[in-house]
Amino acid sequence: MGSEGSGGPVVFSVSGHVNRPGNFEVGLGIPFRDLLELAGGVRDGRKLKAVIPGGSSVRVLPAELILEANMDHKSLQEAGSSLGSAAVIVMDETTDMVRVLERISRFYYSESCGQCTPCREGTGWMNRVIGRILAGRGKPADMDMLVDVANKIEGHTICALGDASAWPVQSFVHHYRHEFEHYIEHGCSIVSQQSAAA
Amino acid sequence: MSNDDQLEIEVNGVTLPARKGQMLIEATDAAGIYIPRFCYHEKLSIAANCRMCLVEVEKAPKPLPACATPVMDGMKVFTASARAISAQKATMEFLLINHPLDCPICDQGGECELQDLAMGYGRGVSRYSERKRVVRDKNLGPLISTDMTRCIHCTRCVRFGQEIAGIQELGTTGRGEHTQIGTYVEKSVDHEMSGNIIDLCPVGALNNKPYRFSARAWEMTQHASVAAHDCVGSNMFAHVYNGIAKRIVPQPNEAINETWLSDRDRFSFEGIYAADRLQSPRIRIDGEWRDCGWDEALSAVAEGLKGIAADHGPEQISGLISPSATSEEHFLFARLLRGLGSVNIDHRIRRVDFHGQEADPVAPGLGMTLADLEAQQALLVVGSDLRQEVPIAAHRVRKAAVAGADVFFVNPGNYEYLFPVAGYLDTTSSSIIDELAGLVRAAFARTETRPDANLAEVLAAAEVRPEHEAAVAKLIAAERATVLLGLIAGRHPGYSRIRMLAAALAAATGAQVGSLTEGANSGGAAMAGTLPHRICGGAAAETTGLNAAEIIAAPTRGMVLMGIEPELDCANAEGLLERLADTLFCVVVTPFATPAMETYASVLLPVGTFAETAGSYLNAAGEQQEFSGFATPVGAARPGWKILRVLGNLCAVDGFDYVSAAEVTQALAAVCEDSEPSIENTGQLAPAVAGFDEGGLRVPIYAVDAVVRRARSLQLTKWGESVPDISKPADAA
Ligand code: SF4
Ligand code: SF4
Ligand code: FES
Repeated sequence: MGSEGSGGPVVFSVSGHVNRPGNFEVGLGIPFRDLLELAGGVRDGRKLKAVIPGGSSVRVLPAELILEANMDHKSLQEAGSSLGSAAVIVMDETTDMVRVLERISRFYYSESCGQCTPCREGTGWMNRVIGRILAGRGKPADMDMLVDVANKIEGHTICALGDASAWPVQSFVHHYRHEFEHYIEHGCSIVSQQSAAA
Repeated sequence: MSNDDQLEIEVNGVTLPARKGQMLIEATDAAGIYIPRFCYHEKLSIAANCRMCLVEVEKAPKPLPACATPVMDGMKVFTASARAISAQKATMEFLLINHPLDCPICDQGGECELQDLAMGYGRGVSRYSERKRVVRDKNLGPLISTDMTRCIHCTRCVRFGQEIAGIQELGTTGRGEHTQIGTYVEKSVDHEMSGNIIDLCPVGALNNKPYRFSARAWEMTQHASVAAHDCVGSNMFAHVYNGIAKRIVPQPNEAINETWLSDRDRFSFEGIYAADRLQSPRIRIDGEWRDCGWDEALSAVAEGLKGIAADHGPEQISGLISPSATSEEHFLFARLLRGLGSVNIDHRIRRVDFHGQEADPVAPGLGMTLADLEAQQALLVVGSDLRQEVPIAAHRVRKAAVAGADVFFVNPGNYEYLFPVAGYLDTTSSSIIDELAGLVRAAFARTETRPDANLAEVLAAAEVRPEHEAAVAKLIAAERATVLLGLIAGRHPGYSRIRMLAAALAAATGAQVGSLTEGANSGGAAMAGTLPHRICGGAAAETTGLNAAEIIAAPTRGMVLMGIEPELDCANAEGLLERLADTLFCVVVTPFATPAMETYASVLLPVGTFAETAGSYLNAAGEQQEFSGFATPVGAARPGWKILRVLGNLCAVDGFDYVSAAEVTQALAAVCEDSEPSIENTGQLAPAVAGFDEGGLRVPIYAVDAVVRRARSLQLTKWGESVPDISKPADAA
C-alpha cells in the first residue's frame, strides 16, 4: 500500500469547502482528485481555488498545482508544499485568501510560547500587518516587508512553530499577491468584487 | 583534563583550541572573538532564547545559536558572514519592535547591552508601525526598580533566582508576546543577593532603585574598592559623580565574589550620606558641645590622654576599635595606645569568652580559600546564620551542597537555606556545646579515640543521637570535610568549649576547622595588634591587657573608641552608655554623631568611612586587599590613619611619620613578616553555661555596623524591619 517512498495507509482529515468533510483512511499517494471525490467534491459545484494539504503550517497550493499532485511526501514536495499532518483544507473560488491568512497568522500569534525572540515578536507583527491590510489600511511596502519578516523568523527559532508561522505567509503572498494588493489599493477584497460582477 | 578533551575548531578561518563539551560561545569568548548575546551568561544555565548569537556553521542548514551549539572537532564557523549577520540583524529588529526607542529617558541608557548592540546590528529607522507593547511595572521592593516594557525576555533574572539564589522570586507568566516577567503575586524580591539581577538584566527593565535617574554612566568615574561589611571582602567598583558615590557594582573576582555582590555591600554606601554624619570635630567644654577645628580637637585629645596617663596611670586608658577598620588604622591605633603605655586594646567587641585566647590563630579565618570551601564534600556549620552573616560564603556553601556535599547545621533554630540541607541539629532546647559534644562522642566511638582530660569532663554528659552519628559518618567519609564556626559560635559565652570541641571533632573525623570572622577585617586587626595579648605580627605581648569584654564591663578612666557605636556594636552593652559617661576622658573617632555619643564623649573626631579612606583588609581566606578611597570625605572627615598619625605625633609616640596609607601598609607588612605566631592550645575553658538563649547572639544582616544601619534602602527591606531604628529619614516609614 502506498507509493514509492511513502508506504502504508494514512488518515486524511478533509475539511473546508467539500460536500462530505471527514476522515478518510486510504493509501499514501492517492491522487488529490480521488481524495476530493471521496470527500464529495467541492461544495455546491463551485470551482476549487486552493488547498492546504498538510495542516495550517504547510504552504498553500493553488488548484492547478494540487489537482495534478498525489498525496504523498515526494509529490507534494515537488508541488511546493508537504504532507504535514495530512489535514487537508479545501478552499473554493469564493475564498478570500487575505482573510484566510489573517486567521492562520492569528493562530500562530496566539500559539507562540514567547520563549524565543523571532517567534514571540514576529508572529504578532505579521498578524497585525495582515489585519491592517484586511481592514483596508495596508501600504504597498507591506507586501515585501511581510515576506521579509517571515523569512527572518524561518530557521531562526527554538522550535518549529516559528517556521510554521512563516510558511503560510510566504506561500499565500507568493501565490495570491494580487489579492493582497487589491486590498491595499481598493480597501476591499478582490473576491467579493468578482462574485458581485459574476 | 585528558588530551582527548581537546579539539580544534575553525572560526572565521582561524583555528582555535576548544574543549569537548564547551559551547561555541565559550571557545570564541576565550579567543576574544565577540558574538553578540543577551540571554547567555557564563554563570547561568543556557536558555538560547534570545537568538542574538546565531552564527553560520558549515553544513548546518540554518544558523545556529553559538551559546547552545557544542563544539565539534573540525567544525567551521562563521560569526560575521552574510548569513550570520543577517540572522543577528533579524533578531535585533525583532527585539526592537516592541522595545521603546527612547534611550534618553531610560536609566540604562549609555550602559545598555541592547542599546550598544543596536548601534551595530539595528536599523536606523524602524519598519514597525503597529502598536507597541506596554507592560505594567512591578513593585519589587526598595532595591530594584522596574521598567517592564523594556524587558526583552532573556530570563537571566529568572535563572538567577532558580540557579544562584536558590529561590525563584521572578518568573514568567503569560505566553507569546504577552509573556511577562514578575513575581506573579505582588511581593518584594528579598534574597540577600537580589541586587545582582540589576547587573544581569541586559536592558533597562530592572534597575537600581536608589540610584535611579541620579546620574549617567558616562558622567561618573569608576573606582575599584573592597566591600567593608563581611569577612570575604567582595571586590567592587564605586561609581562616583563629583566626589559623591552614586552606586556600587561588583568587580568580578573568581577567587572571592565571582561576579556577584551581596545587597549589603551594594547598597550600604547610602549610609555614608546619612543625616547624622559628623561634619566637624566637636568638643565638650564645661558640659557644652561645640564644633571646633582639627587642631584644637587633636590637641585636646592628646592632652586628655596624656593627662589620664599622668594622673591615673596608662593602664587607665583603653581602646576599642571596629573589626571593620582598615589594617592601617588597626596598626596605628595599637601603636598609639601602646605608645601611651596602655595594653587594653581590642577589636573583638562582640566576643565574650576569651579563655585560651593565646590559642587563637594569628589571623583567624577560614584557613582555606573560598574555592576550597565550595569544594568541600561535607560541611558542619556551627553557630551561623550563614546567609545573613556572609552572603558570599553562603553562596559558596550552597554551590557545594548543590554539587552534592552534605551540609549540616548546628544552630539555635533552623535558619532558612535554599539548598538541600543534610541535617539540622537544632540547639533550641539543648546548646551548641551539647550538640557538639554529642558529635565528638559519636566520632570518638567510631574512631576509638580517647578523650584527653579536658574533653572528658565536657563529654561526660553528652548524649549521642542518631543524627550525630549520621553527621559524623559523612564527615569521616568525605575526602574534604570542614567544621565551620560561624559568628554566633564566636559570640558564644562558651566559645572556648565550642572551639575545643570543634577541633576534637575535626581531628577525629579528618576534617578541617575554619571560622567566619566579625566585620571586614578581623584577620587584619589581629595581625596589626589591636589585641590585649598580642602585638603587631602576632607575638605575645609582655603584659596582657584588658580584653573587650572587661573594658565593656568596666571602662577605664580614659577611653578611645574608633568606628563603633558601643551600645550597638558591643556584646553585653546594657548599661554601657552610663558606664562610659562616668569616664573622665572619652574620645570617639566616628563618622557619625549620635545623641548617645554626646552623653559620654569628651571629643568627637569625624573619620572617613571605608569609602573615604585608603587602606587594606585581610579577608577570611587570607587575602590581603588594598584599596583607595573613592568618595570625597563628608564634611571635615579625615581618613582614620591620618588622624591617628597626628595623634601619635602629638602624644610624642615614636613611629608615626607616615605620609601615605601605603607606607603604613608596608610598615605593617614588615613587622608581620618576622613574627612568630603562638598557637599552642592552653586548654583554658569558660565555665559551663546553661539555659542561655543562643538565638539572641544573631545580629540581623542590616544591623552589623554603623554604616549599614544607616543605609536607608536596606533598612526598608524585609530584613531591615528587625533593625534598631537609627536616623531613618522621616519619609522612610
Ligand atoms: S518558536 Fe517555539 S520556542 Fe520559540 S517562541 Fe515560538 S513556540 Fe516558543
Ligand atoms: S527583566 Fe531583564 S533580565 Fe529579566 S527577562 Fe527581562 S530583560 Fe531579561
Ligand atoms: S545568547 Fe545565544 S540565544 Fe541568547
